[in-house]
Amino acid sequence: MLSLDVIVNSLPLYVSGAWLTVKLLLVSLLIGLAGAMPLAVMRSSANPLLSYPVWLFTYVIRGTPLLVQLFLIYYGLAQFESMRQSWLWEWFSSAWFCAVLAFGINTCAYTTEIIAGAISATSHGEIEAAKSLGMSRLTLYRRILLPSALRRSLHAYSNEVIMMLHGTSLASIVTLLDITGAAREVNSRYYLPFEAFITAAVFYLGLTFILVGLFRLAEKRWLVHLAARV
Amino acid sequence: MLRGFLPSLIEGTGVTLSVAICSLAIAIVLGMTGALMKLSASSMLKTIATVYTTVIRGVPDLVLMLLIFYGGQLVINEFTMRLGIKEVMDINPFIAGVATIGFIFGAYLTETFRGAIMAIPSGQREAGIAFGMTNTQVFMRITLPQMVRFALPGFSNNWLVLVKSTALVSVIGLSDMMQRAGMAAGTTREPFTFYLAAGVLYLLITTVSLLLLRYMQKRYSLGTKVAVL
Repeated sequence: MLSLDVIVNSLPLYVSGAWLTVKLLLVSLLIGLAGAMPLAVMRSSANPLLSYPVWLFTYVIRGTPLLVQLFLIYYGLAQFESMRQSWLWEWFSSAWFCAVLAFGINTCAYTTEIIAGAISATSHGEIEAAKSLGMSRLTLYRRILLPSALRRSLHAYSNEVIMMLHGTSLASIVTLLDITGAAREVNSRYYLPFEAFITAAVFYLGLTFILVGLFRLAEKRWLVHLAARV
Repeated sequence: MLRGFLPSLIEGTGVTLSVAICSLAIAIVLGMTGALMKLSASSMLKTIATVYTTVIRGVPDLVLMLLIFYGGQLVINEFTMRLGIKEVMDINPFIAGVATIGFIFGAYLTETFRGAIMAIPSGQREAGIAFGMTNTQVFMRITLPQMVRFALPGFSNNWLVLVKSTALVSVIGLSDMMQRAGMAAGTTREPFTFYLAAGVLYLLITTVSLLLLRYMQKRYSLGTKVAVL
């Protein structure tokens, strides 16, 4: 059967791993969301000069594995002499920075598509009403489009956040000790794969359930007006 | 081109594609079974399917893959020792990878297929039963052909995510596209070039899949009414 004492002894390693996983997730979500807002507005614009480059960006990022993106940043950039000489190298030689950057860019592309989809699904009556009230473009986005589009994105975004939580496990491949990294460490120390990886799976399941619960609360708070009336 | 590593990369693309297609076959079987279990009247079958989809969708694919790869090796060692076989048998990374990815995407496809079956009006099934068809006949002749159209959008998404997931098999030592790119990067000291090449190949697979799936979507939607504004 599973040797519980090994699991109990390695719990501190898993807890610090979980903390790193949460930090990776939060920072990359923040980067992604900050980038996705302006990009989504550009993506849903009628001007092809604005929407086409964003389409290309999301198409390329969503069409390639996160692992490729991570390796391009972490291993790939070292190929360039000018990169290694520059002041940026201090940042790009850190696995943590590279991981967060790769995850952030990745989730940015998916989030852009989610928000842009919600913006273009806004019913035209709302926009016409805002225009007939004489709102400027900026006011229209700030008061009408974005508040409603962001709320309607909530459900799809919760799926993206959970996918991103799973994505952070790739950080263990570039030497970081997140939950998966802790499990690999325990496995190589004791050669007990079932104990090591099942414990990691339990940690991820726990985090997933917490995230699902939080999003359910958020939907109750911000999507009441769309709930089915009983 | 690519310092002579192009043939190796293309060979790796073949490995990636065969991992993806074999996993997809397993995933379709598991997904269909899961969907029928979720829609069955038995509460036990329903619970098993729900636990399967909830657990799989809550755990990263990398963790499951490492669990099956290292855990599977442990089980094989135990077996060969009990049977008194002296030589060491190594777990095949292809089988471990395909089993893991198939198992994971079976859970995602369960949801897709369940939704597609539920989208078919129940009158269709009832009409089949009224004609005296058996349950299997109703499924093969009425449910299956009609659910394709409803399942295709979700199926396309899952296939695209699956292809990208196969990049992880390089971690357990299978020489797919990623692993070969890594080897070439190590020899030539040009990691950016080769990971970029791998990225381009993945993008190519994605693009071709998208075009094929769009064609299929059109084919299976023949005869459905679309409102024209």
